[in-house]
Amino acid sequence: MLNVIDKKILAAVADLHEIPQGAFNIRKNGQGIIRNTTANIDIVTKKDKPGIDIIVKPGTKKESVHIPVILSQGMNDMVYNTFEIGEGSDVLVVAGCGIHNSGSHTAQHDGIHEFYIRKGARMKYVEKHYGEGEGNGQRVLNPKTIIEIEEGGWAELEMIQIKGVDRTIRDTEVRLHKNARLIVTERLLTTEGQNAESNITVELKGDGSTAQILSRSVAQGDSVQVFHLNMRGYAPCRGHIQCDSIIMDKAKVSSIPEITAYHSEAQLVHEAAIGRIASEQLTKLMTLGLTEKEAEEKILQGFLA
Amino acid sequence: MLQLKNVNLILEGEQGKKQILKDINLTLEDKRIYVMTGPNGGGKSSIAKTIMGIYPPTSGQIILNGEDISALGVTERARLGIGYAFQQPPRFKGIKVKDMLKLAAGEDSNLNICDLLYDVGLCSQDYLEREIDASFSGGELKRVEIASILARKLKVALFDEPEAGIDLWSFQSLTETFENLNRKYNTTIVIISHQERILRLAHQVIVIADGMVKEITTPHKFLGEIEKMESDCLCKNNCTFIGGKIDAQCDR
Repeated sequence: MLNVIDKKILAAVADLHEIPQGAFNIRKNGQGIIRNTTANIDIVTKKDKPGIDIIVKPGTKKESVHIPVILSQGMNDMVYNTFEIGEGSDVLVVAGCGIHNSGSHTAQHDGIHEFYIRKGARMKYVEKHYGEGEGNGQRVLNPKTIIEIEEGGWAELEMIQIKGVDRTIRDTEVRLHKNARLIVTERLLTTEGQNAESNITVELKGDGSTAQILSRSVAQGDSVQVFHLNMRGYAPCRGHIQCDSIIMDKAKVSSIPEITAYHSEAQLVHEAAIGRIASEQLTKLMTLGLTEKEAEEKILQGFLA
Repeated sequence: MLQLKNVNLILEGEQGKKQILKDINLTLEDKRIYVMTGPNGGGKSSIAKTIMGIYPPTSGQIILNGEDISALGVTERARLGIGYAFQQPPRFKGIKVKDMLKLAAGEDSNLNICDLLYDVGLCSQDYLEREIDASFSGGELKRVEIASILARKLKVALFDEPEAGIDLWSFQSLTETFENLNRKYNTTIVIISHQERILRLAHQVIVIADGMVKEITTPHKFLGEIEKMESDCLCKNNCTFIGGKIDAQCDR
């Protein structure tokens, strides 16, 4: 059921080399093709619109859900997925979309992921985006992620887009309640004429909530990147945004920070930096025997790791 | 053996061209430790950078074991066994201490990088996984930089003010580390320094000022001259000594 290209894409977006353990749902060209549920994790197809409900039972520990999406033809795929992460559970969710577009039509995947992380639950969410294919059809990914973290809940998001996506608008909205915690790690590489926009809005609603966003990007070629990282503190809370970009060639990067405090005990920090690779960094690695090209690759590889 | 023959260096600065090095002639033998000293801005770092290839010489020759390397770039010289520890090493977001030392040692090296860190006074457990980023203090950065040179089996190792930011306790082990390096790998070591204890390590002290070699002497003689001048001078205003002559700020 999975061909060579599918397997390659699955390896790139979900680190999957075989059919995964645990719960999973693999969607290809707009249709679910394989699914597995476990005693604690159920996956149900939505009745009113395309997409699935993923229900993790309270207290589920050390289980994972993989929900990769493969597009191997020009089409516009739209999906709504809802995740219910039950009270006190601790799970890994691996999403991600890979596009292999060898034709001349646009292949587009727009996904809306909605998460409810219940009291005291912990979730690590990994989302990788990847595009390939020799065709001149555009590869477009527009993910929207909405997360509600209830009291004492914890979410760690790893959002990575390294290669081959022509256009992306990524919207992420997170609301944190009492003592909830959020860590977002974003990695983005754009080349050629690619365009990427990342909008992250974090609302710290509850006492003692904390959020940290670490965004690192590399813009090459004529590509354009825009970051709107926005944090709002409504209670005694702590938030930290760090946004770092390496700019190369003729690329353009905008980093637009916004921090707003609605409470005198909200502590919010925003740090943003855009710059090229420092020549001393290249020289240092060259004095170890690397060529300039190798040194550059090493620096970018480390930066985006 | 590394030779510099009539090396001149002219760099383009904000105020136009400036001659940085004038007719430098030096012969650095294998298995020896040289300490380059002299006033700031005198050209010490420029000599080291010219040997490493970071500054291509405007004229003159650099010869390593009979091979003219004047036209080679940094990478090629590094591969021939020349290494340079920066005075102000750059930081790297995302590159871990472990990665840097592995890069330095080369892929098939079975070098123990924990030992390396110990040699520069760092506890490997605390450092191996740390990124060499803004969280590093100047002193920590210098130690990792020195370790990155010790990781390589070099013919010529250049250290640019290695003692800066290193506390006295580690200082002793640093000098031992230089001696070991010299003994173990027959490396020619060139250290840029003002420190008496480092000067004492030298087989020869090379005094550089105004872009020229002012004097090549022994540590004994060099330190003796300074001591004499210090006892002659009563001002204690940190007068600067250049090649046995005093550049005093006082009217002694």
